[in-house]
Amino acid sequence: MKRRFLNQVRILALLLVFLQLTTLTVHGQGGGPSDDEVNAVASQLYCPVCENVPLDVCPTQACEQWRATIREKLALGWTESEIKGYFVEQYGARVLATPPAEGLNWLVYILPPLALVGGAFVLVRAVKTWQSNPEVEPVTSSSADDDPYLAQFEEELRRRDA
Amino acid sequence: MIANFGYFALIITFITALYGAGAAAYGAIQRKPELVESARRAMLLTFPLTTLAALSIIVLLVTGHYEIRYVATVTSSSMPTYLKVTALWGGQEGSLVFWSWLMSAFATAASLRKWDRDRELLPWIVVVTMVTLAFFLSLVIFFENPFARLWLSSDGQQVAAMLQPVGARSLSPSDGQGLNPLLRHPGMVIHPPMLYLGFVSFVMPYAFAMAALITRRSDDRWIRITRRWALVAWLFLSLGLILGGRWAYDVLGWGGYWGWDPVEIAAFMPWLTGTAFLHSVMVQEKKGMLKHWNMILIILTYALVIFGTFLTRSGVLSSVHAFAQSAIGPMFFVFIGVTALGSLALLVERWSILKSENHLGSMFSREALFLLNNLLFMGILVVCFWGVIFPLISELVTGSKVTVGPPFYERATSPLWLGLLLLMGVAPLSAYASSTFRTIGRAVWKPALVSLAVPLGLFLAGYRSIGAILGYWLAVFVALVTLYEFWRGALARMRRHGEALPLALWRLAGRNRRRYGGYVIHLGVVLMAFGIIGIEVFQTETQATLSQGEQLTLGHYVMTYDALSQFDTADGRNVARAVVSVYHDGKYVGELYPRKDYYYASQQPMTIPGVRSTLEDDFYVLLVGWEPIAQQGATFKVYHNPLVNFVWLGGLVFILGTAVAAWPDPDPEPARSRMRAGRSTASAYPTGAA
Repeated sequence: MKRRFLNQVRILALLLVFLQLTTLTVHGQGGGPSDDEVNAVASQLYCPVCENVPLDVCPTQACEQWRATIREKLALGWTESEIKGYFVEQYGARVLATPPAEGLNWLVYILPPLALVGGAFVLVRAVKTWQSNPEVEPVTSSSADDDPYLAQFEEELRRRDA
Repeated sequence: MIANFGYFALIITFITALYGAGAAAYGAIQRKPELVESARRAMLLTFPLTTLAALSIIVLLVTGHYEIRYVATVTSSSMPTYLKVTALWGGQEGSLVFWSWLMSAFATAASLRKWDRDRELLPWIVVVTMVTLAFFLSLVIFFENPFARLWLSSDGQQVAAMLQPVGARSLSPSDGQGLNPLLRHPGMVIHPPMLYLGFVSFVMPYAFAMAALITRRSDDRWIRITRRWALVAWLFLSLGLILGGRWAYDVLGWGGYWGWDPVEIAAFMPWLTGTAFLHSVMVQEKKGMLKHWNMILIILTYALVIFGTFLTRSGVLSSVHAFAQSAIGPMFFVFIGVTALGSLALLVERWSILKSENHLGSMFSREALFLLNNLLFMGILVVCFWGVIFPLISELVTGSKVTVGPPFYERATSPLWLGLLLLMGVAPLSAYASSTFRTIGRAVWKPALVSLAVPLGLFLAGYRSIGAILGYWLAVFVALVTLYEFWRGALARMRRHGEALPLALWRLAGRNRRRYGGYVIHLGVVLMAFGIIGIEVFQTETQATLSQGEQLTLGHYVMTYDALSQFDTADGRNVARAVVSVYHDGKYVGELYPRKDYYYASQQPMTIPGVRSTLEDDFYVLLVGWEPIAQQGATFKVYHNPLVNFVWLGGLVFILGTAVAAWPDPDPEPARSRMRAGRSTASAYPTGAA
C-alpha cells in the first residue's frame, strides 16, 4: 500500500517537472505567436482602408494595429478561420482576398468560365461554318509568309522532312 | 502670364481639333478635297499647340510657381529638376495634357505619311484622332485645369480657378507638397510615358480601321498600314508593364512585382486584346479571313485604352460614389459608351462587305490555332475585366464592396496561360490551311519528347507542385520548338548559301523580321515564365525581430543585423537605414541596406528593400520596424525569390523581339497588296457616311 502511494507521488512529481519544463520552453520561445504565424493569417486579409493592399505588407498604423489584433487572437487560441470571421464581422466581406461564394458573389466565379465556354462554342461554330463554306475556294498554300525566299526554303525543308 | 498662355494654347488646340474633325467629315461627305486638306493642316497644327501647353506647364513646374495648384501639388523646392520636369505626368491634370500631347504627336506623324494610295482614308483618320484629342482637351480645359491658380475666398476656403473669384485674394504658398514619393523612382519616371505611348499608339490602328469601315474598304490595307503602329503600340505597352513591375518590386516593398491591382489590370487589358490582335491580323493578311474579328479586336482595344485611363483617372476604383462625385468620371463613361457603340454599329452595318476570302482547311491549321490563341487571350481578358468591375457592381447592388484579389486572378488565369504556352509551342510548327493532327504530331514529337526530361527531372529532384512541373515543361517545350525553328531556317541558309551560322541567323531574321522577331518574343515569354513560376510557386518568406548581432535564416541564406542609423536628408526625408550582413551557404556575400523613408511634406512612408540579386535568386530584405530610441532591435521581413531575375531578363528579350518585328522593311506594298473583292472606292473622296 505504502509502495503504491510512493509510486503515485513519484509519477505526480515527474508530471509536475514535465509541466514546469514545458512552460519554461514556451516562455523561452517568446510566449506568443511568431511574426510568420501572424503574417500567414494577415496575408489572407485586405486592409479595408488602404486600396488593394494585403494586411501583411501594409505599412500603415491601422494595419499594424490589425496585425496586433491577429496576434492577440492567435495567442488566445483562435483558429485562422475564426480570426477571418472576426474581421469580416467587424469590417465586412471586403477584408477577404476573394468574395465569399454566396449570393451575388457567385457571379464572380461563374461568369468567366461561362464566357470561356460560350467563346469556345462560338469558335467551334465559326470553324465549322468556314469549313463547310462552299462560296470560297480552299487554299492549300504553304505556311511560309509572303516572302518568296521563305516559301522556297520551307518547300525545301518539307521535301527533306518527307 | 505663362499659365494664361498655356491655357490659351489649350483652348486654341481644342477649337482646332474640333474644326479639324468637322471639316474632315464634311469635306469627305461633300467631296471637297480642299476642306479635307484644311482639316489635315489643322491636325498638323495641334502638335505645336499642345507642345506649347505642355512646355508652359514644365516651365511653371521647374520655376516653382506654387500659386498654380498643380505645381503646388506635385513639386517642391527640394525636388531635383528632372523630377520637376517629369511631374508633368505626376498628377491628374498634367497627365491628361501629356496624353493630349502624345495624341497630337501621333496624329501629326500619321498625317505626314504618303497618302497617295489611301487618300480616301485620310479624312476619317483626322475625324477619329481629333475627336479623341478634343475629348481629352475638354477634360483638361473644363474640369482638370493644370493652370488653375490658388485663391483664398472671403470665407477662408482655398479654391482653384483661372480667374479671380469675387472677394477672393490670391494665394501663393512658399513651397509645394512635392511629388508623391512612390513616383520618385527611375522606373516610375519612364513607366507612365511608356504606357501612354502604348495607349495612344493603339488609337491609330483603330482610326484606320474605322476609316476602312466608313469608306467600305474590305481589303487588308488598313492592317498593312497600321501593322507597325500596332507593333510599336504593343512595344510601348509591354515596356510600360515591365517597368511598372520593376518599379513595384523596387519601391512598394512587398516582395513581388505584380499584385493584380486594378490599376495594373487597367493597363494589362488593352495589352491582352492588342496581343490577340497582332496574332489574328496575320490570318487576315495571309488568308483574307477574320475580318470581322479583327475589327472587333481593335474596337475593343481602343475602348480598353480609354477605359484604362478612365479607371485610373475617375476615382471609380476607390468607390462608385467617388466616381459619381468625380467631374471627369461620367464624361469618360459617356465617351467610352458612345465610341464603342458607334464603332460596333458601324461594324454591324458593314458586316456583309467583310466576307471571308478563304475557308478553314483544318482544325489544326495555323489560323485555327491563332483563333484558339485569341480565345484564350479573351478568356484572360474576361477574368480581368470582371474581376475589376465586380466590386463596383457589388457596391451598386448590395451597397457593400468586396475585394477581388490575386487568388481569384491566379486561379482563373493559370490554366489559360498554360494553354497559351502550349499553343506557342505548337503553332509555329503548323502551316496555314493544310496542317493536320498527323503533320503537327510529326513536327512536334521530337521537341516534346526531349522536353519531357524537365518534368521527369523536377519530379526526381523532389518537386511536387503540379503547376510548376507543367509550367516548366511547357516553357522548355516552347524554347526547344522556337530554337528548332531558328536552326531549321539557318541550316537551310547554310546549305544553300554556304553561310556561317551567325550570318545565316542574322540574314534569316532580316528576311522576315516579323516572323523571327515573333519567335524572339516567344523566347522572352519563356524566360519570363521561368521567373514567374519561380517566384509564384517557390517564394519563401519569414519575419523576425532581431537584436544587433542576431541572425535570421531563410533557406540557404543567413542574415545578421549589424546596425541602424536614422537621419534627415536635404530633400525632406527622414531615413531609417539598417545594415545587415548576408551569408549564402555560410559564405559572406555582402551587406544590404534596407531602409524606410518618411516624407515629411506628404507624411508618407516608403519601404525600400535591400536586395542581393543573382540569376539564381533574390534575397530581398525589408525593414519593417525598429526601436527609435535604443535602435537595438529591428524587425525585418525577408523574401527568397527564386529565378525572379528571369522576369526582367525575359522582358529585355521580349522587347528586343518586338523591336526586331517592328523594324521598318522596304515597302513591299505595290507588289503584294491585296486589292480584292469589296473595293468600292473609285473616287478619292467617297460619300463616306453612306
